[in-house]
Amino acid sequence: MTQKVFERPRALSENTFSYCAGCLHGVVHRLIAEVIDELDLMERTVGICPVGCSVFMYDYMECDMIEASHGRAPAVATGVKRILPGSFVFAYQGDGDLAAIGTAETIHSAARGENISVVFINNGTYGMTGGQMAPTTLVGAKTTTCPEGRDPAIAGYPIKVCELLSSLDGPSYIARVAPVSAGGLAKTKAAIKKAFQKQLDGKGFSLVEVLSNCPTQWNMSPIDSLKWIEETATKHYPLGEFVDR
Amino acid sequence: MATKTLMKGNEAIVKGAIAAGCRGFFGYPITPQNEIPEYMSSLMPKAGGVFVQAESEVASINMVYGAACTGTRVMTTSSSPGISLMQEGISYIAGAELPAVIVNVQRGGPGLGNIAVGQADYFQAVKGGGHGDYKLLTLAPWSVSECYHLTALAFDLADKYRNPVMVLADAILGQMIETIEVPDKIETYIPPKPWATTGRKNRDKNIINSLWIVPQVLEELNLKLQAKYALMIEHEVRYDEYKVEDADLVLVAYGTTSRLCKTVVDMARKEGLNVGLFRPISLFPFPSIPLEGLAERGKKLLVVEMSHGQMVEDVRLSVNGKTSVGFYGRSGGMVPTPSEILNQVRDTLNGGSSCSCCCRTRSEEVSR
Ligand SMILES: Cc1ncc(C[n+]2csc(CCOP(=O)(O)OP(=O)(O)O)c2C)c(N)n1
Ligand code: SF4
Repeated sequence: MTQKVFERPRALSENTFSYCAGCLHGVVHRLIAEVIDELDLMERTVGICPVGCSVFMYDYMECDMIEASHGRAPAVATGVKRILPGSFVFAYQGDGDLAAIGTAETIHSAARGENISVVFINNGTYGMTGGQMAPTTLVGAKTTTCPEGRDPAIAGYPIKVCELLSSLDGPSYIARVAPVSAGGLAKTKAAIKKAFQKQLDGKGFSLVEVLSNCPTQWNMSPIDSLKWIEETATKHYPLGEFVDR
Repeated sequence: MATKTLMKGNEAIVKGAIAAGCRGFFGYPITPQNEIPEYMSSLMPKAGGVFVQAESEVASINMVYGAACTGTRVMTTSSSPGISLMQEGISYIAGAELPAVIVNVQRGGPGLGNIAVGQADYFQAVKGGGHGDYKLLTLAPWSVSECYHLTALAFDLADKYRNPVMVLADAILGQMIETIEVPDKIETYIPPKPWATTGRKNRDKNIINSLWIVPQVLEELNLKLQAKYALMIEHEVRYDEYKVEDADLVLVAYGTTSRLCKTVVDMARKEGLNVGLFRPISLFPFPSIPLEGLAERGKKLLVVEMSHGQMVEDVRLSVNGKTSVGFYGRSGGMVPTPSEILNQVRDTLNGGSSCSCCCRTRSEEVSR
């Protein structure tokens, strides 16, 4: 007798991802879909996708989806959730989206304790537009707009989003994870689930920062990119739960 | 039944919106429209709706975008600089074919300008404003009563065409108090919205989007939008006329300026001058055909605006050289006085220079 032990989550569509080989965007999509299934949320979920590599996320999810303008996903999510308090609303955002152009919307939706959940993909670069410097690019890291490496004298310092938002009273849950190993994947999924549960419990704003990769713009093999996250990125962006209340 | 009462234009906008079933307001303070979010903050929750003071106009319009995705009637209001900040969001709303209402209580510009009255956001409202080939259905009230009724109508039109609608008011209309008959109930129709993203219970998934990566597909969307705009031109032209029948000269003005021009018509007629007023109520779609009709009947036109010549371009396009189109404009919060306008009327009827737009210097200004 054969038994099915692994299958595509219901909340994930059958469409083929357009992501580069080894990119973690697709992995995180799958984890979100698994959590939506496990919490039985698909029928009341409205997802907001950003402008960035994950702009086509609406094709990859089976729930209702809205494509937001660059950086404004938390404002769009606010509009949906305030009108439909019984819905489940998540926003999915890159670092350029969330921590550069959309900084105001991020901080204020967190400060309002807006009852939404944000999955934040920190890959330290602008993947979609060709690997330019992001607000999270580490000092010394090379990008197409800082080819000699990020120089603080010119470009300042990277933003630590979890630490920044932790100073606010609005958020109910803030965590940083790195899905670069089996353990890391399990922790990432657990954090997403906890964040989503906070919303279901009416606790207010929750955010999970995922230290992600961009093998294409980093000029690294997928394996090397995971190693880099584990060995370098986590030193500057420590993992863990920053807010849980 | 209706109740006769005194009301500010800004308050009438709030009451008209709520009467039409608006249940979401997202806005940011800016003079001269602050009474709108202030009233909304108490009246909207009482009506069972949502009020959010956003962190900026960029956030307001994107909250409107999200809230409109649910199919609920929603709006934002602002004044000139805030409306400029909203333009990307308005373009997304048009591209995603969402119904939403935006009110601009215009002030003086450009830049920070001032908080006095202005009509210099006409181009921004009717020519697109944001990026891409889109149109805002644009309605221009001239009284407190129209602030109420045109705001209410804006919601019906937004739903009917799945398109953003702008109510283009100004600082005087927003601040002025006059009598208004508030109906107990208004006629309004909220259609079913099977496209809304409310959670996919008992149906297939819905997507709200304005991204069409394949050029042929995006062109198809643009053609669909153009067909929609053509329907608006066919069905939604609105205008008002005052004493145009026997007029030799017809003043063309909207909003506050049209009230001044109505006074000028009466002053001119006392002097035996046959003057009338044509008042566009819908600025897009623009009432081109009735204006062309006036031109064909040999009437001279004189456009008056609180700008240095914006609507006048649409008037000239409408009459296409069939009659002379003069212009008189003030700006920066300066309101043209009836006697100033009357001087222009006399000049025009005497065959003198009748254009004070950017291409010519106002003769009186030079002699001052
Ligand atoms: C208003 C606006 N400015 C700029 C852009 C161009 N743009 C598209 S994606 C992007 C950066 C995305 O980077 P990030 O958010 O880090 O996501 P990633 O692609 O790395 O997943 C930019 C700047 C845009 N679409 N809209
Ligand atoms: S460019 Fe980078 S972030 Fe974008 S899909 Fe490719 S690997 Fe992923």
